[in-house]
Amino acid sequence: MKALSEKLLGGKQGAIALAILAMVLFVIFPLWLDSFRLSMLGKYVTYAFVSVSLVLLWGNGGILSLGQGIFFGLGGYCMAMFLKLEASDPVSTKIQTTPGIPDFMDWNQITALPWFWEPFKSLPLTLILILLIPTLLAFIIGFAMFKRRVGGVYFSIITQAIALILSILIVGQQGYTGGVNGITDLKTLLGWDIRTETAKYVLYYVNVCLLILSIMLARYIITSKFGMLLLAMRDKEERVRFSGYDVSDYKIFVFCVAAMISAIGGAMFTLQVGFMSPSFVGIVPSIEMVICAAVGGRMSLIGAVYGTLLVNFGKTMFSETYPELWLFLMGGLFIAVVMFFPDGLAGVYDKYSKNFKLGELLAKFNKNTVKRIGDML
Amino acid sequence: MSNTDFVLAIEDLTVSFDGFKAVDGLNMYIDHNELHVVIGPNGAGKTTVLDLICGKTKSSSGSIKFKNRELTKMPEHQIVRAGVGRKFQTPSIYENLTVYQNLEVSYPAGRSVWGSLTFKRTDEVIERVNKIAAEVLLTDLLQTEAALLSHGQKQWLEIGMLLMQDPELLMLDEPVAGMSAKERDQTADLLKRICQNRSMLVIEHDMEFVKQIAHKVTVLHQGKILAAGTMDKIQANEKVIEVYLGH
Ligand SMILES: Nc1ncnc2c1ncn2[C@@H]1O[C@H](COP(=O)(O)OP(=O)(O)O)[C@@H](O)[C@H]1O
Ligand SMILES: [Mg+2]
Repeated sequence: MKALSEKLLGGKQGAIALAILAMVLFVIFPLWLDSFRLSMLGKYVTYAFVSVSLVLLWGNGGILSLGQGIFFGLGGYCMAMFLKLEASDPVSTKIQTTPGIPDFMDWNQITALPWFWEPFKSLPLTLILILLIPTLLAFIIGFAMFKRRVGGVYFSIITQAIALILSILIVGQQGYTGGVNGITDLKTLLGWDIRTETAKYVLYYVNVCLLILSIMLARYIITSKFGMLLLAMRDKEERVRFSGYDVSDYKIFVFCVAAMISAIGGAMFTLQVGFMSPSFVGIVPSIEMVICAAVGGRMSLIGAVYGTLLVNFGKTMFSETYPELWLFLMGGLFIAVVMFFPDGLAGVYDKYSKNFKLGELLAKFNKNTVKRIGDML
Repeated sequence: MSNTDFVLAIEDLTVSFDGFKAVDGLNMYIDHNELHVVIGPNGAGKTTVLDLICGKTKSSSGSIKFKNRELTKMPEHQIVRAGVGRKFQTPSIYENLTVYQNLEVSYPAGRSVWGSLTFKRTDEVIERVNKIAAEVLLTDLLQTEAALLSHGQKQWLEIGMLLMQDPELLMLDEPVAGMSAKERDQTADLLKRICQNRSMLVIEHDMEFVKQIAHKVTVLHQGKILAAGTMDKIQANEKVIEVYLGH
């Protein structure tokens, strides 16, 4: 029992860091921010799921996915499909040619609900599919890539291509997916209005709880032998293989877990923000998520969360005033982090907290030298 | 090919890279508890032989049997699990992990995904890590990051990682390359100790070192066997002197 809690929390240091994060997200931000800013924060917290998944996958496993938007998006779309069906009951859609189907389908002359929308009439099924569909896709991609020993840059490029294909597919199949506008006008969850002030608070708290649980899951994996093997693989894949491990199995598994965590974030995004669109699936959001994780620190689960919140606050503030400049700033930020702070904010923090002791040492040293110089004189 | 009493039986093994035969019709047998050394000039195909045995390179033709199990069609991790361990020519250790972690990660339990997630650091594991660390002279450095070890210590650590798995056949590719004279002697002692209950296949250049450890020697030249036998016989062999020892 003790061992388990230690693994979930990551020892004393990890537990403290996690407690501080929980404190900040549960208490400080809700007290400090007005409800508008808080729901904005809630949106960023959903991105943090992806950063957590990237710390696991990229930081620890050395597998750089430039397509985590795929899984974030799929999770989000699954949730949106359920909410859209609930918002499209025959009474509220009675002016449509075909009442009872989502409005964008009606606009596109579709007269019956497509078969793959059927499961999303049920909430339990939807919740299962939110987890299952992204994980299954990750399994297929992972199996096809890792069993053939495709890795490194090739893997990154392929994930990016898949993200592009998926976003093009969603935009193209307007009648089935809502196209470029996405799935909008989501209103209630089992009759509970998700647009009210109270709902926003409740969803924010649920969101933070799920994020903390995801961090704990990732912690468990990182601190187990599996996590040690990830680090070993990142460094010397051959040595791991010739120590009797089937390296591809490990990569497939960690890719699947990362997909699932990202999907939870996507589903929470839909609930909090009230829509889902292809602009969260493609290449740009996928790369932005990598930058967030890099800024926070790709080896630090907690650091990556702070990094994500910070970058996105920055993005919002900045793009309110100079929208064109943001992309350049973001690119510059990424280059700066990669060149000068490879471990991101978490790395800077670690160094600073160590330097503190170094400072004491220096002070002592100075005193001695000053004294000695004094003696000499 | 019929079954044999040998631990390792290589017959008619050939591999060609774009028509160039790096190993050409090789026959070689290793007995229980035998320490077999392969020598030969650079590019003779020594490393390639190890690559073929451990499954890193697929053979063009021929057979490799380990305890009468055909290895040529097996995936790498299965070959390891069958009992074949291999050390690479350049020390291949996990630089970011501590010496302790390097050894623990090589412990042959929890090798499946699920097994590694539920793996527990039992007393048995700790005891084994300590025992092996003592064997490879790294007891005092267990908590040191592996990147900080000297070149020789890295070689020992990798040998230790293999010993964790207690392989029946241990293959070492130039284990004393880059070592000081003292480290060489220590390594010779180490190899003599650890070959008590297993067979070993060692590739080495250093003749003094080979003399210290070898039970049997095979000389490889351009992918073929030039001579094989005891060290004394090899040293007296004229062909060997001509192509290899005569410099
Ligand atoms: N994967 C490969 N592809 C092409 N050529 C190879 C490959 N592996 C080894 N060789 C060639 O096979 C020959 C034997 O190499 P190697 O076994 O490393 O020699 P040794 O270890 O005896 O110095 C060399 O000429 C090398 O270039
Ligand atoms: Mg070699």
